[in-house]
Amino acid sequence: MKVKVLCRNPDDYVRETKRDLQRVPRNYDPALHPFEVPREYTRALNATKLERVFAKPFIASLDGHRDGVNCIAKHPKSLSTVLSGACDGEVKIWNLTKRECSRTIQAHDGFVRGLCVRFCGTSFFTVGDDKTVKQWSMESPGYGEKVEPIRTILGKTVFTGIDHHMNDAIFATCGQQVDIWDEQRSAPMRSYAWGVDSISSIKFNPIETHILSSCGTDRSIVLYDKRKPTPLKKIILEMRTNTLCWNPMEAFIFTAANENFNLYTYDMRYMDGPVKVHMDHVSAVLDVDYSPTGKEFVSASFDKSIRIFPVQSGHSREVYHTKRMQHVTCVRWSADNKYVLCGSDEMNIRIWKANASEKLGLLSPRERAAQNYNQKLKEKFHHHPQIKRIARHRHLPRSIYSQIKEQQIMREARRKKDVNRRKHSKPGSVPIPSEKKKHVLAVVE
Amino acid sequence: MGESKMAAVKKAKNKVKRYYEEQDEHQTPGGNVDGTDNQTESPKDVPQLPTEQKSRRKRVKGDLKKSGSNFISGAKDPFPGSVSVPENRLLKYERARKSKLGRKYSPYVQHHLKTQENDVQTALGQAARHDILLPEEEGFLEGDEGQDTCTITQEDIAEMVDITSASKHFNLNLNQFGPYRINYARNGRHLLLAGQRGHLASLEWQSKKLICEMNVMETVNDVKWLHTHTMYAAAQRRWLYIYDSQGVELHCIKKFNDVLRMEFLPYHFLLATCSSTGFLQYLDVSVGKEIAATCVKSGRLNVMCQNPNNAVIHLGHHNGTVSLWSPSMKEPLVKMLCHRGAVRALSVDKTGMYMASSGLDRKLTIFDMRTYRPLTSCLLPLGAGSLCHSQKGLLAAGTGDIVQVYKDTSVSPPRSPYMCLQVKGPIHGLQFCPFEDILGIGHGGGFTSMIVPGAGEANFDAMECNPYETKKQRQEWEVKALLEKIQPELITLDPTQLGEVDAITMEQKHKEKVERLGFDPHEKTPFVPRHKLKGRSSSANLLKRKKKVAHEEQREQIRKSIKVKEKQKEQKKSREGIRSPAEQSALDRFKK
Repeated sequence: MKVKVLCRNPDDYVRETKRDLQRVPRNYDPALHPFEVPREYTRALNATKLERVFAKPFIASLDGHRDGVNCIAKHPKSLSTVLSGACDGEVKIWNLTKRECSRTIQAHDGFVRGLCVRFCGTSFFTVGDDKTVKQWSMESPGYGEKVEPIRTILGKTVFTGIDHHMNDAIFATCGQQVDIWDEQRSAPMRSYAWGVDSISSIKFNPIETHILSSCGTDRSIVLYDKRKPTPLKKIILEMRTNTLCWNPMEAFIFTAANENFNLYTYDMRYMDGPVKVHMDHVSAVLDVDYSPTGKEFVSASFDKSIRIFPVQSGHSREVYHTKRMQHVTCVRWSADNKYVLCGSDEMNIRIWKANASEKLGLLSPRERAAQNYNQKLKEKFHHHPQIKRIARHRHLPRSIYSQIKEQQIMREARRKKDVNRRKHSKPGSVPIPSEKKKHVLAVVE
Repeated sequence: MGESKMAAVKKAKNKVKRYYEEQDEHQTPGGNVDGTDNQTESPKDVPQLPTEQKSRRKRVKGDLKKSGSNFISGAKDPFPGSVSVPENRLLKYERARKSKLGRKYSPYVQHHLKTQENDVQTALGQAARHDILLPEEEGFLEGDEGQDTCTITQEDIAEMVDITSASKHFNLNLNQFGPYRINYARNGRHLLLAGQRGHLASLEWQSKKLICEMNVMETVNDVKWLHTHTMYAAAQRRWLYIYDSQGVELHCIKKFNDVLRMEFLPYHFLLATCSSTGFLQYLDVSVGKEIAATCVKSGRLNVMCQNPNNAVIHLGHHNGTVSLWSPSMKEPLVKMLCHRGAVRALSVDKTGMYMASSGLDRKLTIFDMRTYRPLTSCLLPLGAGSLCHSQKGLLAAGTGDIVQVYKDTSVSPPRSPYMCLQVKGPIHGLQFCPFEDILGIGHGGGFTSMIVPGAGEANFDAMECNPYETKKQRQEWEVKALLEKIQPELITLDPTQLGEVDAITMEQKHKEKVERLGFDPHEKTPFVPRHKLKGRSSSANLLKRKKKVAHEEQREQIRKSIKVKEKQKEQKKSREGIRSPAEQSALDRFKK
């Protein structure tokens, strides 16, 4: 007779001294872990609820400007430095860690229209309503010295925007035409004009550094190559585009913030229709900025809110608003992918977390592991109605809420009319336009 | 560089035999119950996952490159790469079958699914590899040649094994208040005894330490531990009582009256009770609320068991039917006729696949819970009054005052028992102790602890339930368990259903969308032939090209339908079975 009976030595399962960690033997046999799916579902539900509980995105507000904030610029080298220009011609340099203004310059008479920092971070450029481009040093002047720009260029017309080349001493301005400037010269190297209207914003492509794009008041988006004497391409949309932003990771993708409440992500190579239409704002979109990962972007709108969109998705994943925040004119995503800064009409710059429920500061490895696990679970079960409902829920101010309702009704009426028209006309005579094609009027080479 | 590559190729060709491959050969005869030829299982086609092999080959190259620089002696690793895992071990951990990625998905989705599948495969491989590290091995009992294991007495076993194990076989003579119902706590440390005439006792049975003992001075029908050993529920003559480990009465729940049997669902924190008034009631012990009360409408309910795999409650009735219940349904999920007489005892094994039932017709039948059909059946002389499955699938049946333990009941009908024991009174309660090779028997003369080698799970998972847990660990576990308490609405026949695609709702949603939009946005666009030059876009040519595409699609559909038909035919054939011409009757030719 042969016999073996289970007999465990407790020493193998109990810790030796009180200073040791408890022993936790594991066995991953699925038979020992029943109800795997329902338990994971419950965990995912709890994680989603906790995410909403901890969603407190607002960090701080920087006040000090005496008029509405018109533009913000990030520092390319320092995470804690941010520059902002106001409607009274004042430029402020902020220290984000201390949450205070480190320097104030009276840069222009009238609005500061545009602001950009040189790629080396030692100086920055401003353009204003007084038809000048000024270059300023980032360093504050010594004791007793006067605050003076390094260089001043007088232009013939008002400049409305400026952007600096990624790694050359070249910058571009826009106004009635697009000018490309060498930093050493006082006359533009090159000027582009296509049509007569004024151009509101200009951006250099951060990867294909010769490419620029601009958007103008004639509802157009124009692409340029700075090596070529003529512009490349022009598309005309239904309504005016306010600004645009290049994707920092994908060279040919840019997103345009449009006056018709939508954002359009375009592929520079195929301009006959947008890659994606991003809808959710209920008023004109005024500014847009990409996250450094190129996976998401943030948009500021006239409807007093900012929204965060994944590039792949047509709807926003997050909306930020406060009672005091008015029309948001400019927005930037910080270079460490953690914060979003927005400047608004009521003279404040607000700092938000890019991920509303993220815990700031160092995480212990166990915390990190738990967070990753919860994130994966949320991803796994995000289609379930219960979880989806909780994850999607956002509180909205009355004005936005009612406007969304109103626009839904309008859209529904338009759709109904379309369906009826289609029903009562010859089959195929009333085409079904896709949302992507609907808003593009023309493409001009 | 080139040489090392050549060497790598050679290495891959004359593969070194691994220690587990040898083991596999030993294992396969046992594993191949379904009669496949052993000869075909030569070591070279020890099944491996193709991906596993590929990645290994890659790793071999990488490792060799490294080894050239790493080992100063110039020696080469004789076992390069990681150890591959045999497929039968991988199968144990497989949750779902690999999905077939058709062309119907966009490349983006395809890529996403592919990466996900890869992740799952890696996790699976790692989990399977972890098996080697498990410290304990399960018990067994083998007789000498010609010796039947059921003739081996407990005393013989106790003599053979070590002292600690031997001390696990004992008798408690409690002949005053019997017969006894028993219940082990979830981690197998604590034991609860309840004599019908009011005797309640809880003890740490391994150290034989009595924790509390009392007499409630009325009939006790059943007793069950709640989620930890700090609380237990006792079904007394009229009401349900909850006591703490010291025997202090915590609650008297008058809503639950005349309870005869109870089951505790640990992951749902539900106490299911069935009463002599014919009600099935669920009590949520975490909030103390009655979740559901159902009138079963079939008289007195005194046979009950739970399916540990999906938390469905099985009830046995006087008319020989067994009904399956979940708290969210007022009707039984399934009703099956199992016996000619009343059902006396029920038990479902750990995997939830097999149910054992015994009835007044003295039959012990094993049912397959996937098809609800009987698998095997046998006639016991007295009929089993109580049944219990162990963690490893042994089945204990109490017939009169004899306990019989059967092995592999789902494969062959239980003819001769694996083990046998006579106790000093009619058996009233049976339960295998979790994570131990012990069967607890409550009977008229007290309590007997019987050693059944190979009954318990050898390697526990401390995150699930830990026999050696400290107070702190238990408290922490309790908080965690409460946080992930499964809602009672999620009790269904198939617990994995929640992770699958809800096809019906999806179809409905799609239909609604089409109705709302007035057109189908996911509809396939009709084929428009490309415009070609040099007269190749004549209307005849265009039509030809269009037809070509249309025909290709048609062929695809036809191919599919043929496949389906062939499959159905095969299934039909296999169902009927191929009968020899001698068995066929002349009238068979009229069969369709």
